[in-house]
Order: sequence, then C-alpha cells, then structure tokens
Amino acid sequence: MTIPRFKPGVRLHRDRVRDRWVLLAPERVVGLDDIAYAILEKVDGSASLDEIATSLAAEYDADAGEIATDASVLLADLAARGYVAA
Amino acid sequence: MNAPAPTGLLAELTHRCPLACPYCSNPLDLIAAARELDTESWARVFREAADLGVLQTHLSGGEPASRRDLEALVASARDAGLYTNLITSGIGLTRDRLARLRNAGLDHVQLSLQDVDAASSDTIGGYAGFQRKRDVAAWTVELGLAFTLNAPLHRANVHNAARFIELALELGAGRIEIAHVQYYGWALANRAALMPTREQLDATVDVVADARTRLAGQLVIDFVLPDYYADAPKPCMGGWGREVIVVTPDGRAMPCHAAANIPSLTFENVRDASLARIWNDSAAFNAYRGTAWMKEPCRGCPQAEIDWGGCRCQALALAGDPAAADPACSLSSAHGRMGELALAEATTAPPPYRYRRFEK
Repeated sequence: MTIPRFKPGVRLHRDRVRDRWVLLAPERVVGLDDIAYAILEKVDGSASLDEIATSLAAEYDADAGEIATDASVLLADLAARGYVAA
Repeated sequence: MNAPAPTGLLAELTHRCPLACPYCSNPLDLIAAARELDTESWARVFREAADLGVLQTHLSGGEPASRRDLEALVASARDAGLYTNLITSGIGLTRDRLARLRNAGLDHVQLSLQDVDAASSDTIGGYAGFQRKRDVAAWTVELGLAFTLNAPLHRANVHNAARFIELALELGAGRIEIAHVQYYGWALANRAALMPTREQLDATVDVVADARTRLAGQLVIDFVLPDYYADAPKPCMGGWGREVIVVTPDGRAMPCHAAANIPSLTFENVRDASLARIWNDSAAFNAYRGTAWMKEPCRGCPQAEIDWGGCRCQALALAGDPAAADPACSLSSAHGRMGELALAEATTAPPPYRYRRFEK
C-alpha cells in the first residue's frame, strides 16, 4: 500500500498575501489549486493513497476512484520533482 | 510604479567568514562586524518581508554561523512565517548547534563544498574545512533536515561535476546545486584564475543532462551556466525588483547582491525605512524595474519580459552602461568581446588567487 509523505524540508504554507496555498521546498515555491491542496492536506505520513481518496470522496460527495486517480497523478508528479516520497 | 510582490529575501547576515573562496559573490569592500544589523532589526525585517509577500528567506553571508544569534534569527524568521534556507560553508556548526537550529524551525541546509577531495577543497577555500563539512552533511541528514550540496564550478574543479553528483548521493543530499561561478565581486577580481574553457563547460552540460534523467525523483539537480559562454541572458534575480530583496549586513536593501557595483544608485537602509516603502518607492528598486528603462536592442525585444534585459552589473562591467543589454545576449554590441575575454583567460596560465579577506 502506498503511503505518501513529504520529503524533508517540504511543507504546506498559506500564502496570505496572494490568498492561496503553496508547497514550500528547498529553493522552491509551488502554487496549489484547491484540488491539489485538498489532497496534500491529507498527506501526513500515515494515511495511504486509498485512505486519502476515500476520505476526500466522503467529504466532497465524489467518486473515490476518480479522486484516487487525481491524487496518484498529482503525487507521481510531485515525486518526480523530488517533493514527495511514496 | 505598481511593483509585484517579492517571493524571496536574501539576508546577508554578516560578511565574516572563515573561508576565503576566490569566487565569493560578496563585494570587495566587506562590511565589518560593528556595522551589522542586530537581532531585533533582523526580526523586524523578516516580519516586514513576510507582510510584503516574501515566502522564503535565504540566510546567507559571509558565513551566517559566524552570527552568535543565528538560532534567534532562524526562530524570528519562522515566527514571521518564512521558509528558512541556511546557506553555509558548515564552519561554525556543530551537531548540537544544528539541532538547536532545527528546533528553532530551520527548514533547509545548503552546504557548500569547494571540491570533491580535501586537498583541493581546502586550497580553493583557503581553509582546512573539508572534514568538518562532511560531518555537517552527516549531522544534517541525521537530524532530518533537508540537505542541498552546493558545488560552485570553475577552472580548478570543473572536471569534477560527475564526482560532485556522486558525492551528493553518498552524503544523502536531496538536492544539488551545480553552479558555474558568476563573475561579480571577488569572482570578477579572480576571473582569469577561474574561467573554464568552452569544452570544459560543455562537458558539465552533458554530465548534468545524464544525471537528471538517471536520478529523477531521487536527486533534484539545479544547474547554473556561466554567462560568458551564453548567447542569451538569464533573467537575473528573476528581473530587477520583481522577486527578490537583498539586505546587506549593514541594512541596505538592494535588488541584487552585486547592485552596489552600480555607482549611480544609492540604496536605502532598513534602519531608516520600511521594506515595503523601499521595495515599492525607492529610486534604486525602480531604476531597472519593468521595461521602460530599456534601450535598443532590449526595447521592444520579444524576450524583454522573459529575461528582463539580463544582468545590469554585467552590462556596466563589460558594456560600460548599466542600462545596456546584458553582454551575454548575442544582440549586445559587447557580446563578441565577452566571448573573446573568456577564451583568452581560459587558455592562459591562471594567476594565483586573490583570496577573499577583509583588506585594510
């Protein structure tokens, strides 16, 4: 089972001046849309990808399969860029 | 002028440094300890920066660990809501001090190595620090801090790009910054000793391209090319007064750490004015902001809002006019001379280093 976690030095941050959420990492700022933030907010180093998808599906009354796909695409992209380990 | 909100604050906490690297980007006229901003002034600068939109601060120098209040400075930057990068030589750090910095909220350690072996590294840095640097790397990883290896490349170590990448993996780095030296400050004074050949540069491009493919997801690789062999300028600092504020050890706020080279500019001090006022309204930040100041060939160029005209300091140094096109651009009248200079220096026996030290 895949348990995503942020790599050292990677964290979510509220960018109050620009009214958005960002992912902060060594020498990097990644702007997040609402969907990306909702997914990453659940990444705590203990929840699995499936658990994240199930919980979001319940919260937003959406299809868990679709959310799992969105989440795995996002996390794979962030993993390739060195922000997330899965 | 309607200024964009900055994202980065380069906090030059001190110019004191045990090392004497000949490529240091600090100015030749180093600032003495007695003129440094105190702890509370920096805390205010961090709060003002965060209010202005800054997200990350780069605690740099000199060697920031030369500040005995570094832990307090890190804590105040984090309290202000900033992501904290420590840009360090490693000298002045112990395992205990790193642990205290982590507990104060330090996010990331960027550690410089001068070369891949002790003899060469210590010669380039003018200080026997290689083993301590390896220790600092190990402690950083052990303490769970994000760790970047910084490898400045020049004539004496340019052949070691691949070995730097292997060393980064061995030390447990998540990121490596392989940066060809940029010629400002002490590096400009030492240019003839540091300039690599075109072939040496090209070899590093191949090494990085290969490693990026091979190590995707494992090691983030940032690569800085030298301007002297470029055909297009970089968007220096992301554009003048667009992304970054530099504050010098004595409190002057500047758009770039080398901007003091431009004699026509005067820089306001954070002791006298708020960062917001300096960023938005000061003459120095507005001097080369946007595109209105540009001359031919920058004016009207389709790249004008991509590279923002490149580097003003280099334009002054090589074209004699800070409002000229960056000579790194193939459209600059000084472009040919820049390439010839590089070739001539790279193929002549190197002079001895003029080490970076406080000079009387």
